[in-house]
Amino acid sequence: MSSGHPNIAFVGNPNTGKTTLFNALTGLNQRVGNYPGVTVETKKGRFHWQGRTFDVIDLPGTYSLAARSPDEMVAVDVILGRNAGERKPDLVVTIVDASNLERNLYLTTQVLEIGVPVVVALNMTDVAVNQGMTIDAARLSRNLGIPVVPMQANKGKGLDDLKTTIAGAVDASLPSHGPSFPDAFETEVRQLSQRVGDGMPPFLVRRLLIDVGGYTERLLAGRQNGHLAAEIQAARERLALAGCPVPAVEARTRYGWIRQATTGCLQRPAERPVTWTDRIDAVLTHRAAGLLVFLAMMFLVFQMIYVWATPLMDLISAGQDAVGGWLSGQLAPGPLRSLLVGGVVNGVGGVLVFLPQILLLFAFIAVLEDCGYMARAAFLMDRLMAGAGLNGKSFIPLLSSVACAVPGIMAARVIENRRDRFATILVAPLMSCAARLPVYLLLIGAFLSGDDHAWWTPGVTLFGMYALGLVVAPLVAFALKSTLLRGATPVFVMEMPLYKVPSARLIVRRSVEAGWMFVCRAGTLILASMIVVWALLYFPHTDAAGQSYDLQVASKQDARDELETEIAALEKAIEQTPDAVEEQRLAELTEKAQGLDDEIHALEEAWKGQSYLGRAGKWLEPVVRPLGWDWRIGMAALASFPAREVMVGTLGLIFREGEGDPGDEDYRAGLGQRLQEARWEDGSGRQLFNVPVALSVMVFFALCCQCASTLAVIKRETNSWRWPLFTFVYMTALAYLGAALVYQIGSLGS
Amino acid sequence: MTSLDRLGVGQRGCVHALAGTDAIAQRLYEMGLIEGEVVEVLAFAPLGDPMEIRLRDFRLSLRRSEANRITVTRL
Repeated sequence: MSSGHPNIAFVGNPNTGKTTLFNALTGLNQRVGNYPGVTVETKKGRFHWQGRTFDVIDLPGTYSLAARSPDEMVAVDVILGRNAGERKPDLVVTIVDASNLERNLYLTTQVLEIGVPVVVALNMTDVAVNQGMTIDAARLSRNLGIPVVPMQANKGKGLDDLKTTIAGAVDASLPSHGPSFPDAFETEVRQLSQRVGDGMPPFLVRRLLIDVGGYTERLLAGRQNGHLAAEIQAARERLALAGCPVPAVEARTRYGWIRQATTGCLQRPAERPVTWTDRIDAVLTHRAAGLLVFLAMMFLVFQMIYVWATPLMDLISAGQDAVGGWLSGQLAPGPLRSLLVGGVVNGVGGVLVFLPQILLLFAFIAVLEDCGYMARAAFLMDRLMAGAGLNGKSFIPLLSSVACAVPGIMAARVIENRRDRFATILVAPLMSCAARLPVYLLLIGAFLSGDDHAWWTPGVTLFGMYALGLVVAPLVAFALKSTLLRGATPVFVMEMPLYKVPSARLIVRRSVEAGWMFVCRAGTLILASMIVVWALLYFPHTDAAGQSYDLQVASKQDARDELETEIAALEKAIEQTPDAVEEQRLAELTEKAQGLDDEIHALEEAWKGQSYLGRAGKWLEPVVRPLGWDWRIGMAALASFPAREVMVGTLGLIFREGEGDPGDEDYRAGLGQRLQEARWEDGSGRQLFNVPVALSVMVFFALCCQCASTLAVIKRETNSWRWPLFTFVYMTALAYLGAALVYQIGSLGS
Repeated sequence: MTSLDRLGVGQRGCVHALAGTDAIAQRLYEMGLIEGEVVEVLAFAPLGDPMEIRLRDFRLSLRRSEANRITVTRL
């Protein structure tokens, strides 16, 4: 954006109200910026003040500019003006939490070193006052050598002062100076600077020396020969001998300087007052009480999501049916109608149906984060997740995935560490989501319940399917963390922020942003994949005689509908005045309707069987044989790859029960009956489904990533095609092996 | 002299030294865990790990393996 307006960058620690301040300044005038290969977001906006326009970029919250990953490097590159197509900022505003001044100023001292003009927004002054602190902002400003603006961004106080100060500081363009490092350190920096050449900004040369194994070092190691690494190592050793070892020398120098700069400006009470945070934390991080509250809270959150999202999801499904029905009435049967109803309307509905859950989950996550509880939840769950090589912050995303992996994967954004976040995202789809339930219920109902089985079989089988995800996910996470996502143990040093009342505006905003992002970025992909599967199941749509299946089914369906009206009228008449002749006619009509149903089902079976997907199923039969499946099961599984919800409906089409609502118990019972009656097509009369086959299908569903939405969201969250592809491949392989294992072991006895 | 993870809830210590030069050590330094700083143990999580401490004007959660690198003098 080279608009010619002054460019302002916002940096600050997490939990300093940076986002609130950015929102207050720029209003709705924002857009999200992405950089290639990076998974963090920056936001850009602008504000106007006294007839001038200022462009603002909001950088991800960070404690330090010592970058260890591409994600952490974003802030450094932006401030140094190293991003292609972007100007170096004319001014950096560091947002500082007044109640936690010393630690917050650490980042400010790093920014000062870059030499760009800096303004300190001294935020949350009310919290500092509540804790009995007094801060002399004018004196602090003199000591730091830069403007300091006291403010309360959440109440809109100090905003005008900040804007005036920004405008003034941009015009004055005064350079800033950070703390002086020991001479021995500066000497090494000068030598190293000459060695690496002029291209590297002095700030990065210092980082190269300080950050052992840091991003700058790794970047250079890739380009230069081994000598440089040895020279850096030698320089570090000399520094250690000189009494200023890296990285300690940086913290000592900066905190020493901060202590001097705050002397006389910061007064703390002699006795630290007991705050609300102290009282609340005494319960919420307590070993027993804290855990109980956490479990109760999780139950409440997910119960509320379930209770509130279900009616909305039903409404969306009903709307989808209504629009589909209306379109069917308007258009003649044929490819266009089928595309619109079966492809587009179903696809759009399939995207929108996720929205209620995403909006609600993100609203709850925003509440938990904004009030400060998220850090406590991570604290309580960390040990449990550490077993799988993850950390406490992975818990909520994985738990959410039991409802649906799509919001679960999006919730993984709260995990700062890239490898932990990726591991969480990649195993989230293994958790048994709500869409798998109808498949479990159908097969358990048909093959694992009733008089032939113990009373506990259905419950234990269902539990086993859920347990499978709960057991396999941590194992895969562990395997990933020891191979593909291997690296130094991530830092689990986490600030426990002060509790505060969450801001309603922020919650609505976060929730709507998440929903909008899902619809825009993932929705299009989901819609496209739905249309592709529709086409594969629809074409070719003519039989051997060249007649369209579509039209044949439609004409029979019309006849069936007419009969239905006639039957209904007859039933009503008989109810009023019983008549033997009429009853005889009713029985005939009912039989005729039954016959028509059978014809329709037979047509659909034949049609789907010779569709491209059906042909693929037949062609793949040798592949699915080890799982105990025939081509029909294989094809239904194949059709379910974009969305596993379609499994039950596809089985209905193939096994002559027709398409129905998977949530409907009667429909599932009828289909279960058909599955029990299904036989192998080799003429042997063997039953197609038995217990091992049913289990093998269920295990396949439990482990397979049959969900285009999940893959689209993984693509969106990892900013790469590599990871969704990887997830798809590993989960399919896992599902295949798992299903084969279950079938083969289950069939040993027979 | 002991390590930070061996302090009990409510106990305070003065940071004496911090071992290591890796990312974890650096982050601990950045958070202000430098020589002479006083820290107080506030809580341990249900399975005994991680732990919550107070230093300067804020609270921090860290794993025991991380706290183990910090040598403190009991106060």
